[in-house]
Amino acid sequence: MAIWLTKDSKVIVQGMTGSEGSKHTRRMLAAGTHVVGGVNPRKAGQTVDFDGTALPVFASVADAMKETGADVSVIFVPPQFTKAAVVEAIDAEIPLAVVITEGVPVHDTAAFWAYNVEKGQQTRIIGPNCPGIASPGASNAGIIPADITPAGRIGLVSKSGTLTYQLMYELRDIGFSTSVGIGGDPVIGTTHIDALAAFQDDPDTDAIVMIGEIGGDAEERAAAFIKEHVTKPVVAYIAGFTAPPGKTMGHAGAIISGSAGTADAKKVALEAAGVRVGKTPSETARLMREIIQSR
Amino acid sequence: MDLYEYQGRDLFERHGLPVLAGGVAETPEEARAIAERLGGRVVVKAQVKVGGRGKAGGVKLADGPEETHARASDILGMDIKGHTVHKVMLAETADITEEYYFSYLLDRANRTFLCIASVAGGMDIEQVAAQTPDKVAKVAIDANKGVDVATAKEIVAKAQFPAEVADEIIEIAIKLWRAFVAEDATLVEVNPLAKVAGGRVLCLDAKVTLDENAGFRHPDHEALVDQSAVDPLERAAKEKDLNYVKLDGEVGIIGNGAGLVMSTLDVVAYAGESHGGVKPANFLDIGGGASAAVMANGLEIVLSDPSVKSVFVNVFGGITACDEVANGIIQALALLEQRGEAVTKPLVVRLDGNNAEAGRAILDGAANPLVERVDTMDGAAQRAAELAAAGV
Repeated sequence: MAIWLTKDSKVIVQGMTGSEGSKHTRRMLAAGTHVVGGVNPRKAGQTVDFDGTALPVFASVADAMKETGADVSVIFVPPQFTKAAVVEAIDAEIPLAVVITEGVPVHDTAAFWAYNVEKGQQTRIIGPNCPGIASPGASNAGIIPADITPAGRIGLVSKSGTLTYQLMYELRDIGFSTSVGIGGDPVIGTTHIDALAAFQDDPDTDAIVMIGEIGGDAEERAAAFIKEHVTKPVVAYIAGFTAPPGKTMGHAGAIISGSAGTADAKKVALEAAGVRVGKTPSETARLMREIIQSR
Repeated sequence: MDLYEYQGRDLFERHGLPVLAGGVAETPEEARAIAERLGGRVVVKAQVKVGGRGKAGGVKLADGPEETHARASDILGMDIKGHTVHKVMLAETADITEEYYFSYLLDRANRTFLCIASVAGGMDIEQVAAQTPDKVAKVAIDANKGVDVATAKEIVAKAQFPAEVADEIIEIAIKLWRAFVAEDATLVEVNPLAKVAGGRVLCLDAKVTLDENAGFRHPDHEALVDQSAVDPLERAAKEKDLNYVKLDGEVGIIGNGAGLVMSTLDVVAYAGESHGGVKPANFLDIGGGASAAVMANGLEIVLSDPSVKSVFVNVFGGITACDEVANGIIQALALLEQRGEAVTKPLVVRLDGNNAEAGRAILDGAANPLVERVDTMDGAAQRAAELAAAGV
């Protein structure tokens, strides 16, 4: 088992016929993901061949769900069209929408998030600006490389893609139940807390790695949540201790505003909640290894 | 992107908000000419993107063109908390009778927008919130419903604005929201929003932050970037579509992925503590699937920084295979040589992940004396810091 994405998940791709969409559809299929089709109203009715797998293109998310029973959509459309694509997924009430697109205006994200809330949150949104979600050995929805690690009993939630890969790689001998890249934007659909809650309830996850970075107070809120609700061991890593205030460090959300959003404040909050915080990615992996080996 | 006050004032004016007439000057002569046009008493305000300029002497009143010239001469070139004043804004003055506070901003935690309003304006709103929290009203704004008359009335009631200014503030609240949305802002702050003699309500300051991700909807926003304030290396990097931030250390950093590069800065800074206090010289994320050309562009920018003494290339091969990255580095060095910019500073390279063995073999095979390969991120950071300290 895993959280949110399992071997039974049926995945469609919004933007499957674009360059990024087609490249990663091929990779997802190679990873064993059950990709059942794509969405593009201008190419509806066509099929696209991916190394021998012919995938149908549907006019809408709703059509694709009706025809294939899809329950996950991975969204690769450009930022100009992302809001419309997510709204379409919300309208179709698909259970999981993974928004890979980077560079989505925050007014657009706030708008589709408000719409999702208004519709009763029938859709879990991951992202935008994220690498997606991978349950090794079962399914892969997004761009996380599938062959870094086999399945195992660590759960991971992270704002950063490459740090996710780094930690998965360092702990590949232990393996992961699910890795969730929640994205580095200021407004995101799935938070650290959502993933922590799901891992806490997942019988196949024994311990959790949480990766944060400067900006906002999501890590501080996650620390408060851990203190109250998480009994499984959590180790954390925070990037950006030496980042100067007022400079955006790559991710739109990674900025220290005034004295708010510093890595130090996040570390202090997490440690106060009993979380061991690694100083470097390698030390974080070591901390997790100690926990697993002492069990 | 944070705007200067004069840019914010212009933006407010374009969206029909009540502001005082004004202009911006880069020389005392320009300031005098604007004062002549405005007539009467003017306020001369330093244009810097930092708070506390009034206390630092960056805001002065002037009676007439000659005094404006003198005050502008005083303020231009001044240093305010490390920011040099290159421009002054001139504006008409107003007889303020009451000062309020009004803003819309992105509320990250609640994934929505927020209005903050207070009858206690003219000072730092965080201070007001700490000392008299009951004087600060916060109203969540639904991104899709926005601010209509009913919401504006709710804000006015919650902030307890006086009855005689209620109608004007309702109108301002609606127009300011429209500007906030139309310009894809993440912050519009008016402090003070002032009641002036005669009873009118005016926006006497304008603090605006725009969302750079929305640039595709706003080709005009590019012109708001103050090129003179942008670091030349950052400008050169932007022209090449590189995600680069100049820092003040000696170890050049190149990596893939924002989180990994931020982490690399930290690890290098820790390593520097035992190597003469050397620090990272920059943030540079070359992204996933970086080609040799991108690597060459990145190396060129980092190496052209005279304070860089060593470079740390830190790549985790996720989708990108490390053998491609290694080839990219070798080709990039050759490319730079062809461009007549032969590399003389040492490079420490750490490759891990997808096809790391093959990548390492390529680097070893190339046997470039400047390229040193280290297997772990922590070890490579130590070595890069050591080399930078030796080269300082």
